[in-house]
Amino acid sequence: MTREGPDVLVIGGGAAGMAAATAAAEAGASTMLFEREREPGGVLAQCIHTGFGLHRYQEELSGPEFGERLLRALDASGAQVLCECSAVDIAPDGPVVEALHPGGRLRVRPRTVIWATGAQERPFGSLMIPGPRPAGIYTAGLAQRFVNIHGLLPGRRALILGSGDIGLIMARRLHLEGMEVAAVVEIQPHPGGLVRNVVQCLEDYGIPLLLSHTITAIAGGDRLTGVTVAAVDKAGRPIAESERYVAVDTLVLSVGLIPDNELVAGFTPLDPVNRGPLVDARMRTRVPWLYAAGNNVAIFDLVDAVAAVGEVAGRAAARQARGDVVEPGAIPLVRGSGVHHLVPSRLLRGVPTTLYLRATRPMRPARIRIGEFHTQTVPAVRPSEMVEVRLPADALGQGGDGIPATVEVSEA
Amino acid sequence: MRIAVIGAGVVGALIARELTRYETDVLLFEKEDDVGWGVTKANSGIVHGGFHEIPGSQRAALCVEGNAAYEALCEVLDVPFARIGAWTVALREEDRPALASLLEQGEANGVPGLDLVGRATLRRHEPSLSETAVAGLWAPSVGITEPWALATAAVENACENGLDLHLAEPVTAIRTRGERVDAIVTSRGKLPVDAVVNAAGLFADRVAAMVGLCEPVQFPRRGEYVLLDKAAGSLVRSVIFPTPSDASKGILVVPTVDGGLLLGPTAQNLERGAVDATGTTAAGIREVIDGATRLVPGLDLSLAIKTFAGLRPETVAETFIVGSTAVAGFYQAAAMRSPGLTAAPAVAKRLVEGAMKRELGLRQRTTFQPVRRGIRKLLDLPEAQRDAQIAEDPAYGRLVCHCNRVTEAEIVEAIHRGARSLDGVKFRTRAGFGRCQGGFCTDKVLQILTRELRVPMARVPLRGEDAWLLGEEVRP
Repeated sequence: MTREGPDVLVIGGGAAGMAAATAAAEAGASTMLFEREREPGGVLAQCIHTGFGLHRYQEELSGPEFGERLLRALDASGAQVLCECSAVDIAPDGPVVEALHPGGRLRVRPRTVIWATGAQERPFGSLMIPGPRPAGIYTAGLAQRFVNIHGLLPGRRALILGSGDIGLIMARRLHLEGMEVAAVVEIQPHPGGLVRNVVQCLEDYGIPLLLSHTITAIAGGDRLTGVTVAAVDKAGRPIAESERYVAVDTLVLSVGLIPDNELVAGFTPLDPVNRGPLVDARMRTRVPWLYAAGNNVAIFDLVDAVAAVGEVAGRAAARQARGDVVEPGAIPLVRGSGVHHLVPSRLLRGVPTTLYLRATRPMRPARIRIGEFHTQTVPAVRPSEMVEVRLPADALGQGGDGIPATVEVSEA
Repeated sequence: MRIAVIGAGVVGALIARELTRYETDVLLFEKEDDVGWGVTKANSGIVHGGFHEIPGSQRAALCVEGNAAYEALCEVLDVPFARIGAWTVALREEDRPALASLLEQGEANGVPGLDLVGRATLRRHEPSLSETAVAGLWAPSVGITEPWALATAAVENACENGLDLHLAEPVTAIRTRGERVDAIVTSRGKLPVDAVVNAAGLFADRVAAMVGLCEPVQFPRRGEYVLLDKAAGSLVRSVIFPTPSDASKGILVVPTVDGGLLLGPTAQNLERGAVDATGTTAAGIREVIDGATRLVPGLDLSLAIKTFAGLRPETVAETFIVGSTAVAGFYQAAAMRSPGLTAAPAVAKRLVEGAMKRELGLRQRTTFQPVRRGIRKLLDLPEAQRDAQIAEDPAYGRLVCHCNRVTEAEIVEAIHRGARSLDGVKFRTRAGFGRCQGGFCTDKVLQILTRELRVPMARVPLRGEDAWLLGEEVRP
């Protein structure tokens, strides 16, 4: 039996989903949120370090504190939250969303859906590193759960592959909790995470960061006994003479996040670079009833930005569900040189927009140009730090609807 | 009468199950902590047609006979099996004669339905195949299965029929008295037995040596694989073989029963005794990728979720060693190289119904119960039954592995059926086998294992005890 409504169904109760559901409910829409875990919050609960909320709340919060604030607002908003509820199918005509829940299966026909499932960590197997398959290899998020939620160490001596923020943060956490951290190894010539994390998580504790290095082999039987580390040339190829063996029983991977779009990829186009749905300035996908927000759209650096795009989606979906739809003129954005991640892919006339973009290489200073209507210079850009460009409601000027505008980042 | 089977791979498991049809005590000894963790765990999972085998050979007969038995066997044991057929592809004009001789060979072996087709027909069936393909040999009887699932199912069914399963108990010696098997010695002690079946896979030579036999002389052949996520699974519909070389069947592209795509294997002969060399190599992975993309150029390697290697026991003669030996009461099912998985049901049947029954005077039991039901998967149930299943057990409504849609109830059931480790759960339920490779569900599976087994979380291993996952507690 298919239940009619709600106005807005949010799938995923991490930061984006909580903010989206809150905004939708506050805008007067009947709102339901499906969260697959026992409680909303996503990955925030295990992120016990600080550094969250500087933009959104002008305070430095821990992950659980940030999550707590979003949850309080969600509770107060009147949105209906269903935990331990996993969406397993979305039939695009309808739409009808099917979910599993210990209380039974659910089938609902919402007016709009906000897809906010976040991302998964790239697994070890995808790296195709030669060697045996011993115990002791963990993604950083899993190691973080072991340490911060269960209070158990994943081993005694670790090496961390990848210098994404989670990798840097886990280097510090493992060190503080009593493990030895041999090094953080990064294949790129620059760190993958925020500069502040390189300083606060590695330099402050004397943990070596090996840039332009990678792992070329795994060793061990039942448990990991070591890895072979090598420098790479400019093309990223390992240099055989530089190989050396590092004895560790734990390998922690921070080698990237992959947006989760399994249930929607069949019917909404994805941006090949973002690996998430193409969205407009209101976070609406190419499917009229489907919005998307959070790390499933593109991998963001800050949970503050994730919550912000969730709110944009929530407000817009609520308005659409209530029939309060204005379809303004749109200007498609095209990736020009120097641009990696780019959200949204379509600006809307009269809609103030924060544009999120990531440069392909470090530039200092850098000029950001959006078509003919916006240019700004910033002191520096680097691939590890997403840039926010604020465009006011009147930024697009008059005319030119449908004509693509190129986004470019170049040395100023 | 007491018979000990050594090795709980697919061959030993099926032999043990066959033996439980008779009035005898059957014991199955396995050195690993679980069933099917040796050769069985890491191979192509293909039920071969038999057209690669030399006509009149023992392998040809056992392969074709085994293939024919698979449907019924997997039906009664509730194991996934799909007869998806196979294309052997000629990528160059020069390969055509080889295809023609495979056809001839297959027909001589009694392989049903073989058909040699041209480029247009081939590409109509498999549009993703290389444009250079000139011809293909269609073999509709080729199937795919999960070898470890078959081993587990056979052992579970055998246990229902009275099998005494001894896991993590290596056999260290076999005592003979007057050229006749008398007792076995394991890590836990000595036990009088009337017969022993050597199905020890890579270790069959060591077990044979325990009774003074020098056959089989085995060496491991390593096969490396790359597994792609389900998103790549629809690229081909059937198993894709290249035209074989003298050394091996080549690098294949194999749809898996759960919708993924398996590429491989390499075929590298190792030194005798290199039975632990299950690591992958850079060269091996490159060979797999090169070989597979020659057949199917559009393969998206960014969808790789796992690389692994398996060993298969090989001999110079390349024949299976099946039957009785110079030592009375000592039987072998050894050197089960490719197509060992396919042949396994036929090997088990012939060995037990032939030499063993005759020589040991086995008498059939009337109470043998052949049917085993697998772990009930919520999403395999018809729509109409799912609500009732969740109402009966709410844990069926709680998804744990999102990639492969495994519910908590299925994991609990796997533990009740003997899973003691992360891999034990994974190989019984596919939790952790999918796209995220356990990134999300490992923690939850560990919590369920902890709860059901009533052990501290840090005591739950990846495989056996030495494959520990968690260490000490964090600083107080």
